[in-house]
Amino acid sequence: MTTACYIIASILFILSLGGLSHPEKARRGNLFGIIGMILAVLATILLARDTINPVLLAGMMILGGVVGSVLAARVKMTAMPELVAMLHSFVGLAAVLVGFATFLAPHHLTGAEKTIHDVETYLGILIGAVTFTGSVVAFGKLNGMIGGKPLLLPGRHLLNLIILLASIWLAYDFIQHGSPTPLVIMTVLACLFGIHMVAAIGGADMPVVISMLNSYSGWAAAATGFLLGNDLLIVTGALVGSSGAILSIIMCRAMNRKFISVILGGFGSGTPKAGSGAAAEHGEAVAITADQTAELLKNAKSVVIVPGYGMAVAQAQQSVSAMVKKLTEAGIRIRFAIHPVAGRMPGHMNVLLAEARVPYDIVLEMDEINVDFPSTDVVLVIGANDIVNPSAEDEPDSPIAGMPVLQVWHAKDVIILKRSMATGYAGVENPLFFKDNSRMLFGDAKASIDAVVHGLA
Amino acid sequence: MKIGIPKEIRPGEKRVAGSPKLVAKLIKLGFEVGVETGAGLEANVSDPAWTDAGATIVADAATLWKQSDIVIKVNPPSPEESARLTRGKTLISFFWPAQQGELLKSIEAQGASVLAMDCVPRISRAQKLDALSSMANIAGYRAVIEAGSNFGHFFTGQITAAGKVPPAKVLVIGAGVAGLSAIGTAASLGAIVRAFDTRPEVADQVKSMGGEFLYLAFKEDGSGEGGYAKTMSKEFIDAEMKLFADQAKEVDIIITTALIPGRPAPKLITAAMVESMKPGSVVVDLAAEQGGNCELTEPGQLVKKHGVTLIGYTDLPSRLSGQASELYANNIGHLFDELCPEKDGVIHLNFDDEVICGTTVIKEGQITWPPPAPRLSAAPKPAAAAHPPAAPPPAAKRENSFVGLLVVALAILGVGSVAPADFMGHFTVFVLACFVGWQVVWNVTAALHTPLMSVTNAISGIIVLGAILQIGSEIQIVNILAAIAILVATINIAGGFLVTQRMLKMFQR
Repeated sequence: MTTACYIIASILFILSLGGLSHPEKARRGNLFGIIGMILAVLATILLARDTINPVLLAGMMILGGVVGSVLAARVKMTAMPELVAMLHSFVGLAAVLVGFATFLAPHHLTGAEKTIHDVETYLGILIGAVTFTGSVVAFGKLNGMIGGKPLLLPGRHLLNLIILLASIWLAYDFIQHGSPTPLVIMTVLACLFGIHMVAAIGGADMPVVISMLNSYSGWAAAATGFLLGNDLLIVTGALVGSSGAILSIIMCRAMNRKFISVILGGFGSGTPKAGSGAAAEHGEAVAITADQTAELLKNAKSVVIVPGYGMAVAQAQQSVSAMVKKLTEAGIRIRFAIHPVAGRMPGHMNVLLAEARVPYDIVLEMDEINVDFPSTDVVLVIGANDIVNPSAEDEPDSPIAGMPVLQVWHAKDVIILKRSMATGYAGVENPLFFKDNSRMLFGDAKASIDAVVHGLA
Repeated sequence: MKIGIPKEIRPGEKRVAGSPKLVAKLIKLGFEVGVETGAGLEANVSDPAWTDAGATIVADAATLWKQSDIVIKVNPPSPEESARLTRGKTLISFFWPAQQGELLKSIEAQGASVLAMDCVPRISRAQKLDALSSMANIAGYRAVIEAGSNFGHFFTGQITAAGKVPPAKVLVIGAGVAGLSAIGTAASLGAIVRAFDTRPEVADQVKSMGGEFLYLAFKEDGSGEGGYAKTMSKEFIDAEMKLFADQAKEVDIIITTALIPGRPAPKLITAAMVESMKPGSVVVDLAAEQGGNCELTEPGQLVKKHGVTLIGYTDLPSRLSGQASELYANNIGHLFDELCPEKDGVIHLNFDDEVICGTTVIKEGQITWPPPAPRLSAAPKPAAAAHPPAAPPPAAKRENSFVGLLVVALAILGVGSVAPADFMGHFTVFVLACFVGWQVVWNVTAALHTPLMSVTNAISGIIVLGAILQIGSEIQIVNILAAIAILVATINIAGGFLVTQRMLKMFQR
């Protein structure tokens, strides 16, 4: 009976991920996920009904449900990355707790079975602890509580290596003697490792980190599943784990970065090379006013908007939506171009635009839109920098060389909304600002867009 | 330092080398400005307008030249003017050093400096002080206006109660600044505009101005140094001439702007072509000063031959004196930004600066012209260059993944040889689930990556099952641990699913 429920729940989870291939099907997919989860929980409660403490269980579940619902209802769409990071940390924490609980609960295993059980316990706690502290640090970084700059301790690779070796030795010790001491030491080490790992990663690599922690939280669940001999946990953990891994891969490709080098930390940590210095001498950026921007937009036939993290920071998505509406009414073809790593987590921009009621069929991906830039009249870059940096293609020395970028400079006019001439997260000068067809609209993105909307009237 | 703006003395010249805005700017930079009385009258700037901006009015040219350290003019100096350019003075104007050998030598001997506005390097940074482009823009615009006032029909097509009027057809030869300006002006008046240029890279610019680019069935790139055109091969010119001959029979207005630096203008429109044009047609030859692109134009004159009006005015910018003076003054203002970065009222001829180095023709009695050639071509570098290195990896990758598979298979075999059957059962499930997850998730659209993360987050809360199985334990600490685990995992489940739902609701067409 329980097994049957678990099989159904597994299928429902797979369907729920599969549904995300298209926005229309996605809502139904999410419903499948919810049903699967309820089914799984009920089946498990039924299975353990003899030993369970119903009051405690119900109390905890209701409390957790309420807290979760409130969080979900309250969170701002711009704060999604933080919420996701926090939820990851919960999974990690739960994995650690379940691991310890299993260790402390009595069991009667011997030989290979005992060894495997111990290894599972150990691994479950290890992965859980890394996920937990890593996610907490990621949350802090996204929230602005911890600076976005990578923390680069001297000899950090050595430090990581020592932790790794120590963990292996402790695992050996733990399996031999079964005492709790190595387990606790390992947990502390894993926690430190999680903190150090994420602290060493720069702000621009955040999408990769989030995807990676997403993956870890899955592996933690899978390890726990092995520990308890629970197939549903294994299946679900594996699904989540591979999903996170795929996202990490997509994000890394989008930045032309090796996964390992992201993990080892420090984007732009190398000293800026001569190439970027040469680019800096390109000339000076020409400013434009909101009214002139409005004029330019009015006379355009085709407009592409490239949003970045700056739009999220300035909460400008509603204003952008209002502008889009105005321009569309004026018969101007308007589209959005989304770079895979725009923002601080995968798909961040899509969610913000969706929140602002921008129809999703005018929101395009990099590969779809890049061919269209030469036939575009005006490109509006809102708070994005590295993802539209031509030096990724032109300058082999640039730290972001080879990263696929949105080729906005092929358009007739490019207007860049920016607060100042500062560099992006990668710390690379952007020669786009000095191109002949580039104009800078300085100021807060929201205020600027509002002024443009005003100018359109 | 004192700056002087004299009245232009060339007959018919209506421009003035300044504007009240420029005067105010120069004063801000720390200079004193004197203007010859009546200098701006033809450009509609009265003497009081100059004084309002802070300039002093000087009664005659001789005094002005005498008191000024720097003189700003439009046209090259006449012999009389150049004699006034004594040691230590600086002249800023159009100069055409290539055609002024005598003048160059005499000024050099006098020990003065000359900055030639026509020698501003054609690089991106110097565009804002490129007076040639400013003037060419005006000439292109005015060419269309002149053509229109001598053309007996509408530009735009109309359907009136009295009958249908076809739109005028305009051919623009040479799509430089003047050509593009003419294309844009004619198109905005409603004409059908065709354009030809030996440089195929300008086709997009022509289209962007509303013109149609005429291609030859012949491949040769005419891009020369510094964004100008170069001389083409004989075969190319034959093909080109045939195109013009065909077009001449069809179009109503021809505007020619073809120039090759340092050479007489190429003869593109022959007498026979003019003859073949419809009566009442108009040819505007912007290259008239360099001998003309049309065989029949007479420089500076409007003539009518074979029923076709041939306009060879060489003073088109001057015919738009207000606009031309304003833009020229702006160019001069930008030049002073470069010359006087300290805002201390003194100019510095800093030869490390590519723009100043190129513009300066004579520095303190020493000829520095010609400067080193400009380095940048306007043609974009082939963008493809960045991509080729990406091609080889796939093959290597496949090999990698094959090796990876082998390793995984061996690892599974290794685990299987020692592990109990029960574990292998779970392991099978695990591996299969990884594969399913891998296949399914690649289909997720990029737009839904955030919901994907939140939903996987929610379902990884499935870890709650482990805690549920333990919560009834007799050992108190296990109970407590399990309880906390249930709490956080449930937050995760509820929060994850609900926030996903919230997000997905927002995605709408």
